[in-house]
Amino acid sequence: MVAAIKRPGWIRGALGALVAAAFGFGLVVALRAISGLPVFQTEQTGYPHVVVPLITGPLGFLAGFGCFDYWLRWAAGMPTIPDDHSQHGAKSWRDYFRFNTDHKVIGIQYICTTFFFFFVGGLMAMLIRAELAQPGTQIVDAATYNSLFSTHAVLMIFVFVIPVFAGIANYVLPLMIGAPDMAFPRLNALSFWMLPLAGLLFIGSFLAPGGAFDAGWTGYAPLSTGAPLGQSFFNLGVQFAGASSIATALNFLVTIITMRAPGMTFWRMPLLVWANLSTSLLVVAATPFIAGAQFMVLFDRVLHTQFFQFAGGGDVISYQHIFWFYSHPAVYIMMLPGFGIISEVISTHARKPIFGYRLMALALIGIVVLSYSVWAHHMFVAGMFSWLRVPMMITTLLIAVPTGIKIFSWLGTLYFGKIHTYSTAMLFALAFIVTFTIGGISGVMLGMVPLDIHVSDTYFIVAHIHFVLFGGSVFTIFAGIYHWFPKMTGRMYDEKLGRVHFWGTLLGTWGTFIPMHWIGMDGMPRRVADYAAQFGNWNLLISCFAFMLGAVQLVFLYNMIVSWRFGPRAKANPWRANSIEWQVSSPPPIFNFDEIPRVVGGPYEYGVPGARHAIMAGEGVGAAKPEPTVVGSP
Amino acid sequence: MIGRLPIAKMLAATVALSAAISVVMLQVNWDGQQASTAAPKIDTLLNVMIVLSAFVFSLVMVMLFYALWKFKAKPGDESDGEPIHGNTRLEVAWTLIPTIIVLFGAGYSWSVLNDIEELHKNPLTVDVFSQQYAWSFGYPGKGNVWSQGELHVPVDRQVQFKMHSQDVIHSFWVPEWRIKKDNVPGITTTAIVTPDKVGTYQLICTELCGFGHASMRAKVVVEPPAEFRKWVGGLKEKVPAPYMESIRQDTETNPTQPIGAGGA
Repeated sequence: MVAAIKRPGWIRGALGALVAAAFGFGLVVALRAISGLPVFQTEQTGYPHVVVPLITGPLGFLAGFGCFDYWLRWAAGMPTIPDDHSQHGAKSWRDYFRFNTDHKVIGIQYICTTFFFFFVGGLMAMLIRAELAQPGTQIVDAATYNSLFSTHAVLMIFVFVIPVFAGIANYVLPLMIGAPDMAFPRLNALSFWMLPLAGLLFIGSFLAPGGAFDAGWTGYAPLSTGAPLGQSFFNLGVQFAGASSIATALNFLVTIITMRAPGMTFWRMPLLVWANLSTSLLVVAATPFIAGAQFMVLFDRVLHTQFFQFAGGGDVISYQHIFWFYSHPAVYIMMLPGFGIISEVISTHARKPIFGYRLMALALIGIVVLSYSVWAHHMFVAGMFSWLRVPMMITTLLIAVPTGIKIFSWLGTLYFGKIHTYSTAMLFALAFIVTFTIGGISGVMLGMVPLDIHVSDTYFIVAHIHFVLFGGSVFTIFAGIYHWFPKMTGRMYDEKLGRVHFWGTLLGTWGTFIPMHWIGMDGMPRRVADYAAQFGNWNLLISCFAFMLGAVQLVFLYNMIVSWRFGPRAKANPWRANSIEWQVSSPPPIFNFDEIPRVVGGPYEYGVPGARHAIMAGEGVGAAKPEPTVVGSP
Repeated sequence: MIGRLPIAKMLAATVALSAAISVVMLQVNWDGQQASTAAPKIDTLLNVMIVLSAFVFSLVMVMLFYALWKFKAKPGDESDGEPIHGNTRLEVAWTLIPTIIVLFGAGYSWSVLNDIEELHKNPLTVDVFSQQYAWSFGYPGKGNVWSQGELHVPVDRQVQFKMHSQDVIHSFWVPEWRIKKDNVPGITTTAIVTPDKVGTYQLICTELCGFGHASMRAKVVVEPPAEFRKWVGGLKEKVPAPYMESIRQDTETNPTQPIGAGGA
């Protein structure tokens, strides 16, 4: 028993959470008692005796679980425990439920956790569509409805789309650049374990008095500063998700910059690596803004600061500026890794080099730079200073240019190739081009101030974000999961079920989200539990497609679980791809490479006679010309 | 490389497809009834965008499906495609042409924006007050009379709405006018509209404001000036003191006079 308490793990983690939460609770009670205040403050936004334990409890869990053990010993000057690699790699399924520093284990932990939240958020979407199937109120009341769509969006954005890309890249990226692991494996593990805590805080807010947060995922002040306790759960959950995101991005940046295999110059990096480099640049610089905005809201709620209270000298609109300064780049945080996945899948299955590789990489960087200068296009009707609208409109429309470059370059990649469509990954990649083009077009329309004035905050917006986030990001996620499933599990998935999933998802996405454009333009506002009877038939149709879209995801789930367990063994390189992760076994050995590979050419040299991307250990120099082994020189 | 493609046929297919899409899409009255001078201008911009978008979409579709038809691998073919790495001319073209298209869109939008927000002489000023979950309206030119849940304006006269919120952010939207503006606590926001069709419309709150958000509506009546004068003359109540206070203390964000180039 004592040994179990001393050993890092679930028991010590639970104990740590309890002790830390009790400490936070005691601290609040004691300080309030000393100050002569009523011990419990249960005015609707207050509850400091709940809010503070919500901060200390998760930290206590992380400490107890073993996330800080090595660092704390080192910081305190104690002898560190020599790393015996016992925390590295997975020998049984139990190892996926431990503090593990192997990037491959962490990648799978990320993917499974985020898909859990995807299905929870999806169930909420089903409830939302059930309520909206008819005008009037049938299933949930208006307040619960507000909580449902807020939680749905927050789960999908903060604990599904953003981190699932971190999970895929975690698994694939170190292998792709020929690195034995990420640069900071312990930080990597800590980043992952903060994520389920964020998700639990979001879902746990349903237990709070007053219900889950209901001010939308945007949490605009002063609606959020005056909302019931659940809003504080959101404020804090975003901190954990954000910290996780920032730490991972730093990890990717250092890994990509310093740990590429000899010979892998910047212009020899696969586009997935470029995409994660760009995404990480966005995350490290932008995420602190949402963390700050949510802390300010939390302080307004609990400490009675007046950041966003105009009566106390605060500025209401400044919340939106800070929020969107993160949340617009966040749209690209949710899209750029997907661009990387699509490049890998299309090039491999079309057996062609990427068309205009350098321009593709530069377009990513162009999007990064431009995305910092477009945030106020979310605020064209917000009452901000009106001169800002036209410059923001121009930058917003210009961002369509690098995005267009990517679409046309993928199309160019297909020409004179040998296109194989047997893989579900390729089907999703091709459908992504179509769907994302539509989402991009509606985005350009939204960027135009006069059109935006009319359709802002209507179902047109709902249609647009789902076209780019579901038809865009989620399609790329599916493409990535199918593409690397053999590498991650060592098994093949069932292509027949994959096709059922693909066609069902495509039809469901179009059927659900295309009609939303129209009802939005025709006068249906977003975020409403009830609507005018004239939209009844359209909404019923949308709900039917949405239920089909939801149901067909169960095919995906079944395919993944059963194939992981019983699927036929995968070869090392079932897609005959060039990049390094396919040159090792499936799944890869515990330390990835016996000897670091040497990169001697570009990653997409399909059809080039005698061309090699990398020379693996034991292969000798081979036919390819030897290259100087200078790391990082372009 | 490009020479080996049936460029003329592909372009013809693109033009044909985009014409077909445009013709079908332009039949639909997407934005609903038009009831302000701004509405036809915004809808024309939308229609121009629909035609341009139809072309871009058709181009992508033709490029995609031609490639899928022409370059699909035969079963069992394990060879690679041709090692083509790019084409500088094409890459320059698909950078520059979209740039020109979006800059045209930006310029056109800018001119529409300036047009619809241009302030005429002698507009009617109406104060809009919002709070969870009700609208009310004051008429400063008519002795600050007050009406709750019902907005009346004369037809064919420019109206300048001065908006105030008493609690959280709300948003003022009359779809038939194509005009929307948030009501923000602590500041006065402005919207300009010239209703040009007599009728009854609905004012919809479009910014999430709490559990009553979906039902936060008001009736909008556009009527001939004589009837409007009669209706205003019949209002007995004055704008209550707290609302007058919000007019006094709210800072003006949108200057009354448009700043030339930037639009209002």
